[in-house]
Amino acid sequence: MIRLEQVSKQFGPVTAVDRVDMVVPAGAVCVLLGPSGCGKTTTMRMINRLIEPTSGRILVDGRDTATVDQVSLRRSIGYVIQQIGLFPNMTVEDNICVVPDLLGWPRAKARKRAAELLELVNLDPGIFLKRYPKELSGGQAQRVGVVRALAADPPVLLMDEPFGAIDPINREVIQDEFMKLQAELRKTVVFVSHDIDEAVKMATRIAIFRDGRLIQYDTPDRLLAHPIDAFVAEFVGSDRTLKRLRLIRVAEAMMADPPRVTAEETVETAVGRMQDHGHVAIVMVGPRGRARGVVRLDAVREARGLVGEHQEPLPGVVNVKDDLRAAVSQMFTHGVTWLACVDDEGFYRGYITQTGITRMLGATAGEG
Amino acid sequence: MRAGGLGGLARFAFVAGVFALGAWLQARGTLPSILQHRGDVIYLARQHLVLAAMSGAMAIAVGVPLGILLTRERYAAIAGIVTQIVNLGTTIPTLALIALAMSVLGIGAPPAVFALFVLTLLPILLNTVAGLNAVPPPLVDAARGMGMTPGQILRRVELPNAVFVILAGIRTALAINIGTVPLAFLIGAGGLGELIFTGIDLMEPGMLLAGAIPTALLAVAVDFLIGQIQFWFVPRGVNPLR
Ligand SMILES: Nc1ncnc2c1ncn2[C@@H]1O[C@H](COP(=O)(O)OP(=O)(O)OP(=O)(O)O)[C@@H](O)[C@H]1O
Ligand SMILES: [Mg+2]
Repeated sequence: MIRLEQVSKQFGPVTAVDRVDMVVPAGAVCVLLGPSGCGKTTTMRMINRLIEPTSGRILVDGRDTATVDQVSLRRSIGYVIQQIGLFPNMTVEDNICVVPDLLGWPRAKARKRAAELLELVNLDPGIFLKRYPKELSGGQAQRVGVVRALAADPPVLLMDEPFGAIDPINREVIQDEFMKLQAELRKTVVFVSHDIDEAVKMATRIAIFRDGRLIQYDTPDRLLAHPIDAFVAEFVGSDRTLKRLRLIRVAEAMMADPPRVTAEETVETAVGRMQDHGHVAIVMVGPRGRARGVVRLDAVREARGLVGEHQEPLPGVVNVKDDLRAAVSQMFTHGVTWLACVDDEGFYRGYITQTGITRMLGATAGEG
Repeated sequence: MRAGGLGGLARFAFVAGVFALGAWLQARGTLPSILQHRGDVIYLARQHLVLAAMSGAMAIAVGVPLGILLTRERYAAIAGIVTQIVNLGTTIPTLALIALAMSVLGIGAPPAVFALFVLTLLPILLNTVAGLNAVPPPLVDAARGMGMTPGQILRRVELPNAVFVILAGIRTALAINIGTVPLAFLIGAGGLGELIFTGIDLMEPGMLLAGAIPTALLAVAVDFLIGQIQFWFVPRGVNPLR
């Protein structure tokens, strides 16, 4: 856990950070967000004392950092910067082992760890351990930069725009990789960004700064739903509701355990089931429950025969793991107001409607 | 010195040129008159090398640490002034420097070594400062952020990343040094300059060349040697030659 108490930093006449109070719970990803020059980097660098606060206290896991030796404090905190800062004179392996070596780990243990870490970010140790930084692509170098910070397994990680210099497509990939890693490692992360989308994607908590002041400190959803003032509202963007769609999974917003029919059942059964539930359509599933097609009420009300003879193809489906943005996008693509939701194997799990989504956005916004 | 490629070609051209020159001199009868000075050449070349080695070693021993000091944060304020002065120093003509040294230290090896030391120090110092200043700040920031002490940052990050430039300074400085040692003869310190200047005085091209050719060869050899050190001892990740 990281706790900032009335922390300020003065650079001559400039107040870079102004009486900031903030708690980052253990295992949380806290994204510091705000316009250029608002004090994000300064705030982050005060945590490992690369910058000494002018006033206030910073506690990491309960210890006042001012009472801890700078060097040992920094060795216990992972550090990643936008420029990556891999040492060109060292191989990837030696770069990753910098902190373990400083801490005096046995050589073999440190090297083994380096290989394991590379695998975690999908870099083949056989190929990359002995390479030099100049022989890496930008994305590969940034992955090495991240695992280097993790090498000695520090509980806290500081990251200053770590993915800022990577092209948008690779940035998404590496963000996803980092989130997967984080889900496993549960580090306490302070992450500086100026990209609201990145923040919404990565953060458990977002801290919005302006002119050195902490303006709002909230979960991404609450920040998007209830920006505290016009500045925050403008900063998060007029499409903030659309951004919220990314925060909610289809599984959370869908109606689970929906009625269904099979191809062998009669149309009358299907009509009856739709009327029972007040639905205008029903999904037809295969023998093991995979979504196969749809039967619409107004098309079969007068019909006879088996469902299989009257079914139509499904106008698009979403995966239960997708976010609501994907669902809404599908709805617009196919011009429909509801979608069938399936899991990875294609089994029919539920359906999601536009009104359901609207209600969901209203409900989570009111929470807490 | 690059292995293969243009470097190899240049070296081949150089060797071929030396052979052609040798053949030409032989034909003109100069070669025998050069060889006649064999004994002197060996004695004076040793003297030459001792002057160069002493002044060069001193210059390295002073220039590199001084360069390191000047790039430390706490000397940042005076670093600018010192490099200005050093830059000014490089504009003093060599002969004037030697004359000055003689006027203070008298005649013989000490003033020669001192003048050569000053002459060699300047490029070594300037390159050390330039090399260390060229280390990208994010590297130092990352090193600090990971918990390296200032000494560890210097040894593990700054010096390895600057060593190529530092060695380049040493390489140039020593080549200039060896090429300048002949002037030491003028203040009585010996060296191959003895053959060169006496050869000029006596209008004896054989004697002159017996001094000049070994001087040139020594300079080339030292340049080659340090080139090899650069090639093999600078880490591959920061070695533009590999
Ligand atoms: N070493 C310094 N000396 C003087 N002023 C500084 C120093 N470092 C930062 N500042 C000032 O403090 C303020 C906050 O800087 P900081 O680097 O924390 O901003 P930031 O939010 O990280 O901005 P960016 O998004 O551009 O990186 C700025 O006005 C900056 O000019
Ligand atoms: Mg910044």
